Amino acid sequence: MSTGANLVSFVAIGVLVGCGVSLLLERSLSRVLLGIILIGNGINLLIIFGSRSGRAPIVGVTEAPSMSDALPQAMVLTAIVITFGITAFLLALSYRSWYLTGDDEVPDDIEDQQIVRRAARKEVSTADLGGEGAGSDEEQVDPPVQRGAFPDEGPG
Amino acid sequence: MTALVPLPVMLPLLGAALTLLLANRPLPQRVVSVSCLGGTLVVAVVLLVQAYRHGPLVVEIGDWRAPVGIVLVADQLAALMLVVSSAVTLCVLLYSIGQGQAETGETAPLAIFHPTYLVLTAGVTNAFLAGDLFNLFVGFEMLLAASFVLITLNGTRLRIRTGSTYVVVNVLASMIFLISVGLVYAATGTLNLAHLAARLDALPEGVRLSLQLMLLLAFGIKAAVFPLSAWLPDSYPTAPAPVTAVFAGLLTKVGVYAIIRTQTLLFPGHQAGELLMVVAGLTMLVGILGAVAQSDMKRLLSFTLVSHIGFMIFGVGLSTVAGLVGAIFYVVHHITIQTALFLVAGLVEQRTGSTDLRRLGGLARMAPVLGVLFFVSAMNLAGIPPFSGFLGKLGLLQAGVAAGGPLPWVLVAVGTLTSLLTLYVASRVWNLAFWRAPCQTVTPTAPLPALMVGATVALVALGVGLTVVAGPLFDVTTGAAVDLRDRTPYIRAVLPGGPP
Repeated sequence: MSTGANLVSFVAIGVLVGCGVSLLLERSLSRVLLGIILIGNGINLLIIFGSRSGRAPIVGVTEAPSMSDALPQAMVLTAIVITFGITAFLLALSYRSWYLTGDDEVPDDIEDQQIVRRAARKEVSTADLGGEGAGSDEEQVDPPVQRGAFPDEGPG
Repeated sequence: MTALVPLPVMLPLLGAALTLLLANRPLPQRVVSVSCLGGTLVVAVVLLVQAYRHGPLVVEIGDWRAPVGIVLVADQLAALMLVVSSAVTLCVLLYSIGQGQAETGETAPLAIFHPTYLVLTAGVTNAFLAGDLFNLFVGFEMLLAASFVLITLNGTRLRIRTGSTYVVVNVLASMIFLISVGLVYAATGTLNLAHLAARLDALPEGVRLSLQLMLLLAFGIKAAVFPLSAWLPDSYPTAPAPVTAVFAGLLTKVGVYAIIRTQTLLFPGHQAGELLMVVAGLTMLVGILGAVAQSDMKRLLSFTLVSHIGFMIFGVGLSTVAGLVGAIFYVVHHITIQTALFLVAGLVEQRTGSTDLRRLGGLARMAPVLGVLFFVSAMNLAGIPPFSGFLGKLGLLQAGVAAGGPLPWVLVAVGTLTSLLTLYVASRVWNLAFWRAPCQTVTPTAPLPALMVGATVALVALGVGLTVVAGPLFDVTTGAAVDLRDRTPYIRAVLPGGPP
């Protein structure tokens, strides 16, 4: 089976995914988004090169042995559509994040923040004793229940 | 009868289209959603009965023959999952209608709740029915895309913040899944699960093992197995109560289902059993210790969710029939009971405006119904006899003892310890929120809507009822586990002429 893959295609896949992973580790959501797009394209190439290459798979135009495999192309099309949708959603998400907070950075874990805060005060977990707990931590308190329109917050 | 197989996917999707058209008209929207999910439940029950009596039902979509075309397969495991998931989604839908979460004002973006929720359901059912790896991926993407919208519903600051973690982690898991799909296809030239089962055996050991580990990695993130579970307790609690409930109940279990399906069908006699058991033990311990340290009811429940995923993975890791029976029974039990617990937490929030254990108190007197609902479900989760949690844990522990060997015995000990710690966590919530004298800061609000309480009661009753029907349920799970181990019923149903 000839897949049409050569060194250049492998390097291309590797570079795309590698750059994507490095962007994925960034703090800013828009960079993460770019990383996801790069990885998505790398994977699409991987799927294409993993299958038989050849001429257009049309009966009557191409003979069966020299046909390319049509299935991965269908899969890649689906994957492109899905990545497109996710990209649109992430763009909206990072815009909303920027609108509300002035940047689109992904913040620390709640648990990490609490542990850091407790360590700074040399406290252990004292939730049962009425010490530090969710009440004094604005991250853990639920937002007021919103009904109806968008809540009126943010710099807009 | 096979004509019924695509309905659990199609009904919610059609409902999603209709409810989108009916945006801003709450009553017809609700009628459509409820009837779609009700219809799905009925179809699922019929499918389960058929699969139990006559073996797997297979539909070739568009009449394309099996290894090339897309097949939907409803075997006993898939049908059982369908029944439980549609019952749970229906209850949660009623609950959210009661809460008015689904309500539509004139300018409200919440008109999208119903369509999104139905797409989520369709994604879940599609993942259960998928007969090939790529369709499984599509099912995951459907439910993920819908869950992205639901978890950031209303776009408040906190939800955007936690939602971004959820989105990025899950997109990454999907990417890993897609890479494994591409590699599986490159190695075998097929994605049909039954066909793969025949072809994967011919691959070199190393290639097969790396494919198996890639798939496990992807599903492990989705199922929130330690060390891939850190995203879950951070992102679930901030979503609206019904959304959190259905996520906690169903989405992680779809990951567990995918692990069960691929491990048994594609990689039988696999080498990952020990790895799975180690991971299962760590998941149980780390999860429940995390729950002990929490001071917010929803976060605490999220940690117990992570912890109890370990029980199911333990059953899969044993890879004996008894282990699989226990795992499948536990999935059914845990979907019901974890959703019920989150619904109760939502009721507590509705009643008092908070789920903070430091501020809650005196709920047992203020709202006795809530007290009973929480107590029953918490005892069920902790595995006190005669509840189904006890039966599920007993089944798994017996399977562990029967398997013998040092690792299963360690897991049996860890499982028992986890049950005890779950009991401790449950009693802690009970003492702080329900039993002790009321705090000053809690201001009782209006009485709870009857529909919310009704839906929660129904789900708690379903959880308790699992004990009553435990005999037939064990029959079904045993049948499913035997079929899974045997593999031939599934393969023969999909490829009647044998693999080409």
